[in-house]
Parts: sequence; structure tokens; C-alpha cells
Amino acid sequence: MGKLDVTLCGITLDNPIIPASGTFGFGYEFAELYDINCLGTFSFKGTTKDARFGNPTPRIAECTAGMINAVGLQNPGVERVISEELPKLKKCFNKPVMANISGFSVEDYAYTCEKLDKEDQVGWLEVNVSCPNVHGGGMSFGTSPEAAAEVTRAVKAVTTKPVIIKLSPNVTDIVAIAKACEEAGADGISLINTMLGMRIDLKTRKPVIANKMGGFSGSAIFPVAVRMVYQVAHAVKIPVIGMGGVSSAEDVIEMMLAGATAVEIGAANLIDPFACRDIINDLPRVMAKYNIDNLSDIIGGVK
Amino acid sequence: MKQSFFDIIDNIPLTDNVYKMTLKGDISDITCPGQFVNIKLDGFFLRRPISVNDAEDGVLTIIYKVVGSGTEAMSKLKDGQLDILTGLGNGYDTSKSGDKVLLLGGGVGVPPLYMLAKKLISQGKSVSVVLGFNTKDEIFYEQEFKDIGADVYVTTVDGSYGIKGFVTDAMKDIEYTYFYTCGPEPMLKAIYKASATSGQFSFEERMGCGFGACMGCSCKTVTGYKRICKDGPVLEKEEILWEN
Repeated sequence: MGKLDVTLCGITLDNPIIPASGTFGFGYEFAELYDINCLGTFSFKGTTKDARFGNPTPRIAECTAGMINAVGLQNPGVERVISEELPKLKKCFNKPVMANISGFSVEDYAYTCEKLDKEDQVGWLEVNVSCPNVHGGGMSFGTSPEAAAEVTRAVKAVTTKPVIIKLSPNVTDIVAIAKACEEAGADGISLINTMLGMRIDLKTRKPVIANKMGGFSGSAIFPVAVRMVYQVAHAVKIPVIGMGGVSSAEDVIEMMLAGATAVEIGAANLIDPFACRDIINDLPRVMAKYNIDNLSDIIGGVK
Repeated sequence: MKQSFFDIIDNIPLTDNVYKMTLKGDISDITCPGQFVNIKLDGFFLRRPISVNDAEDGVLTIIYKVVGSGTEAMSKLKDGQLDILTGLGNGYDTSKSGDKVLLLGGGVGVPPLYMLAKKLISQGKSVSVVLGFNTKDEIFYEQEFKDIGADVYVTTVDGSYGIKGFVTDAMKDIEYTYFYTCGPEPMLKAIYKASATSGQFSFEERMGCGFGACMGCSCKTVTGYKRICKDGPVLEKEEILWEN
């Protein structure tokens, strides 16, 4: 059997599969269904300084081969994440977990990261500068190289854990933003967050989603994600986590060939709660089919 | 929650746009009336959450209205297998009902009350059911509720059958110790105002996953934020906060 392990910012993962933030809660819902220790790791629900309800409903719309969400970073706030969610997570997951953080100011990001830096089980900080569903924050930090670099510097100043900046595809030059983060000290880049999308109900002639627009994800966006991962991975020296529409072991391998060291899986978890487990189980078969002995050998294989 | 494949036994129209599908498969995770299943359909990204009408002897029955392209495609299925998540949602708690129970269903909110009525009757309780529809042609399941021993009232908004008006117009004259309801939100609000006792309400919301992962269907309640799919769809009267 081929070797599945990869090393992400100095920490070895048994395999490159990481459920993406916002599709896996804090793990324990899925732990009722299968042993989530089979995962490489997972990125927990986006956490902010203060508790947030998020956006009004409807928050979900369906698309051809995908969906739009405008949840808007619903979470109990970093204090309660630490006091209530992480103890529950610890009971069902014994590997380092990826903490996903969002904010509305540079100070917010630093505050939340500093709190989570003290948690032993947190292996990496994935800093979301790309949420399309909140106003006056989130994505606005990820649409300019200067702002993304400023957040990176502020977070790096308060943590010794690896900092991965999660980027938005809703930009004119993703490479410039990734390079700015790298220069500011980022240890890794993850991409792509959702693409800004919209659906309109023909009967009511109103947007399907209360927030009007939301983040488009699912298999429809996979080619865009592969392209952006390829562009960024070839422009930076730090590791890249690829995500966006991944829904099969074949997609994982394609993403790694494009340059991803590890692969996050998002919307697929919502359709099939066993998606990540099944993809991990299917990887050896697909690796054998394409003569891959060691998954880490294929990272960035496409020049 | 369980993921398994069900064989379609039957899929028949009850009215112009309401269909009843019976399926054979593993129903062991359906433990309570008021729960729902989430159905994968070929060619559609998201699953379709549909309330459980009945689950007995390995047969799952669902009743659904054609409202979009997904349910339209579903209505055309004649045989084959469906990938279904079962055992979703909290369901109705029958322990609080007292002896004289009132069930109020509006339109496609009627189906989950059938399994609930069966359970309440099996517990020796007296069950009155008010079924509300817009017009005569939309009525379904009147006889089925009578057959299991419920006292059935039908209301139509246009007065073409039964009591003219809304379910709340029939509710006034019925004596009850507790109530359970499912239907469109305006109806739920009217019942909330008109009801004399405590009761339980089943809500509907657009869902992403249906099992608590995505926070797509959250609502605010007196006791904090709840997910309609996981902490609901049934909420108790005392915890409901109407947003608008």
C-alpha cells in the first residue's frame, strides 16, 4: 500500500485530508458517525472574538453542482470555543487540530489567535481573511496584499504556532496577495474560500438568500480552485493547502499535482457526512491506479 | 443518524401536486414522530429534507409537495434505490401531552402528524386532528386519520369542504390538554396566539446538510441559538421567538 502521509508546516499528517472549516463543526457531530481520528486533521468552525449569530435565514441556496451559503460566521466566540467546544473536541479527536479564525479588525484577529495559541491541541492557526458573508471584515482583509500582510504580521506576533492564511478567490491577483502574506511571515496558504455568488427565485423575484449574496462552493468550483492553487503554489515557497469543490480521491490527487501539500474538503461533507472517511479509504486504490507510491512525491508535480 | 439505501415500492399522487412515496429499507434510526429524512437525488447537489409520514415494519412513507425541480424529479421516480439519511431531527415529545391531544396540520405540514397520532393513540390518549387546506382539491389523509381512531376536522379557506376558514377557526371549539402542529409559518404564528395551552411546533427552513454541521438553518430561541435540523425541527411554544 502506498504512503499517504504528508508534512504540513512541520507537523506530519497521516494523510492529506482535512475537512474544511464551517462544514465540520467542532468535530463531535461527525464523531458520532465514524472515528474522526482517521482524518489528517480538521479545521474547526470559524471562530471570532465575540459570539455571532450570523446572517438571517434563508442562508442556503442550491446551484448546479454546488451550493451557496451565507451563514456569516455563526460561532459562540473564542472564550466559549475554548471552554465548551475544545473539551468536547478533545474527547473524540486525539491529533493536532486546525483552528480557523476570523475577525473584523487587525486587533480582533490578534486577540483570537493569542487566545487559541495557548491551546495545546491547536496545531495550526488558519486565518480566514476571505469570508464573503460578513460586512466590514473577513474578505476585505483578503482583497488587498497590504491588508492581508498586516493581518499576517499581527497574528505572527502573538503565536509560535504555524500560521496559514486562507485566501479568497474573489480578487484580481491572488498571487500578489499570497506573496505578500509569505513576505509578512505566513507559514502556509490555504485556498480557495468560496466564490461570491447569487441566486434569484423566479416566483418571488427576490434573492434566494436573505443576505442576497453568498459563498459558492461545491464541485462546480473545482477547476477554479485547481487553477488558483497551481498559480499560488508555483509563486510561493511555503506549503499550500488546496480546497474548493474536492469530492473524490481523484480530485485530491489532482489538487496535489497542482501544488497542494494537503487538501481540505468542504461542501462534500454536507451532502455525504462520510465523504472524508470514504475518500481516505479510496486513496490507495486511486494511487495504485496512477502508479503513486508516496503521495508526498506528487506535490506540485505539474510544472 | 444512519445513511442507507431504500428501495422505492410506490410513488403515487394524492392530489395534483402532493405525492406519497413508500420505500423499503433500514428504518431503525427513525425513533420518533416529527423526525425527517434527507434524500439524495441524481442531478441535484443538496439532499431534500422530507418529514417522515410513517415508519413501520421496514417501510418508510413520505408525503411531499412538488415545489421545485428537485421534488418534480422525485415525483417521476417509479422504482430503483435512493440514498437516504434517516433519524434526523428531534421529533415530537409525546410525554407532555396529557389525555386530550390536539394536532393541527396545514397543507404539506399534515404528513408528520399521522405517525404522531398513531403513537398518541397507542398510548391510550384521545386525539383530535384539524387538517387545514386552501380548497377541497388539496385535501388528503382525512380518511387515514379517521381509520386510526382520531377525531378529524377539516378546514378549507374557501369553504369548499368542511369548516370554512383556518385551522384556528376549528381549534376554538375543541377541548384539549396539549397540542402539536406542523405547517406554514403564518399558520404556526396564528396557532401560537390562539392556543390556550402549551404545545410543540415543527418548523421548516432551507437546509444545507440536515444533520447539524453547516449552521445553514439556525434560528434564535428563548434558550439560545438552535439549528432547525438538529435541535429542531420541533420547538416548544415557550422557547419560540418570532423574528418578524
